[in-house]
Amino acid sequence: MNYGNLDLAKLIPNMLEASAVTLEVFFLTLLFALPLGLLVAFGRMSRHRFLRWPVQAYQAVMRGTPLILQLLFVYFGPFYIAQEMGITGFKFDRFTACIVAFVLNYAAYFAEIYRAGIESIPVGQMEAAKVLGMTRWQTYRRIIIPQVIKRILPPMSNEFMTLVKDTALAQTIGVAELFRLAQTAQTQAFSTVPLVIAGVFYFVMNYLVGVFFNLAEKKLSYYR
Amino acid sequence: MHRIEVQELHKSFSGLEVLKGISFHVDPGEVVAVIGPSGSGKSTLLRCITQLEYADSGVIRVCGETLLDGTYAPKPVQRRIQRMVGLVFQNFNLFPHRSVLGNIIEAPVHVYKQDKAQATATAMALLEKMNLADKAQSYPYELSGGQQQRVSIARALALKPEVLFFDEPTSALDPELTGEILKVIRDLAQEHMTMVVVTHEMAFARDVADRVIFMDGGVICEEGAPEEVFGNPKAERTRAFLKRFSDR
Repeated sequence: MNYGNLDLAKLIPNMLEASAVTLEVFFLTLLFALPLGLLVAFGRMSRHRFLRWPVQAYQAVMRGTPLILQLLFVYFGPFYIAQEMGITGFKFDRFTACIVAFVLNYAAYFAEIYRAGIESIPVGQMEAAKVLGMTRWQTYRRIIIPQVIKRILPPMSNEFMTLVKDTALAQTIGVAELFRLAQTAQTQAFSTVPLVIAGVFYFVMNYLVGVFFNLAEKKLSYYR
Repeated sequence: MHRIEVQELHKSFSGLEVLKGISFHVDPGEVVAVIGPSGSGKSTLLRCITQLEYADSGVIRVCGETLLDGTYAPKPVQRRIQRMVGLVFQNFNLFPHRSVLGNIIEAPVHVYKQDKAQATATAMALLEKMNLADKAQSYPYELSGGQQQRVSIARALALKPEVLFFDEPTSALDPELTGEILKVIRDLAQEHMTMVVVTHEMAFARDVADRVIFMDGGVICEEGAPEEVFGNPKAERTRAFLKRFSDR
């Protein structure tokens, strides 16, 4: 390993600071994309095609184009559109644009996981709830969603881990997250150490994600 | 006043007419058995009365309240009528993530806002009656099919329905487990619970029912006291159906 002219005393605090940004992207994306995904799933399952079709189109675009492109589009798109309308200098804050792009992208994937989970619950559960007088909302909140959560834990853990790694893409629009800092440090110091440190960070974070999902599965294993 | 009154009920599924003008009624304390071949519309009839399906036309009244008379009653009335009927499913449909007790008190506490302690006491009394008091904290997957079905009967009874419907309550059970369910229904009949039972258990229908309805092809072919329907069936289709059963 080549340490080059590396100043670890300066690098480590910087990397920790950048990790905080990475964590922010991760948690803010989940905070908004998890509920939004549920709404998208309901739109996708709607009987009304004027709701279903636009939702499907949105999912097709989000799942069918690269996230890196979506980031650039959300960040620069409004600038050019504003310019066309005669407004100059309008710009999204980088971090906001980054969260918007991540949330839109991940909600599209989460929605499919929710939908698979909801559709896997036997229709008899809905019917039993209806006969017992439960409203649709009560049925979803108390009967369907709790069972869905148990079933979607494995595919959700995939998405969470992918999200941890995808946060590195935020650098394409200049968000100072961990990967960007690692790359900058690498070029300045001619050293691979920053990249290794970044790799360890992503690995540890995903290890924790894995631990979290194992615990959740264990907690919900009281019934079958 | 009839507990259940149905007139000229029609129901189609994408062009296929499943109920072709059904009329019948159930009086308080009566046990009515509905028999007939698969696809005859028995389950659909139950599902229309319990609001799991919307009928196309006809009249449905429960305890004198009109659910359907050409058009459906407003939602609040539908909900009020929903409470008067209970349904026991072929596949139990217990909530797997709730304990036995949790299944029974779910609706009383969270839908009808009963006091939890009181709902629990009612539930425990029902479980006692079903011989399942020791299973209150168990989860459905830990129970046998017969036990699960008894829990689902207790869950329906906890809401004190005016009429209890059974949709082939023993069809998903091993033969040796059907007896325990039939005994529960028999006990309920002795307590004058008003019940409509869709069943393939002919001996049971003959013994327990006050009245037997034979359905085929979406119509009621024959209706009467069990000794008439089983002993001296008038319709040709009833005779053919019962003969197939006695030949088995």
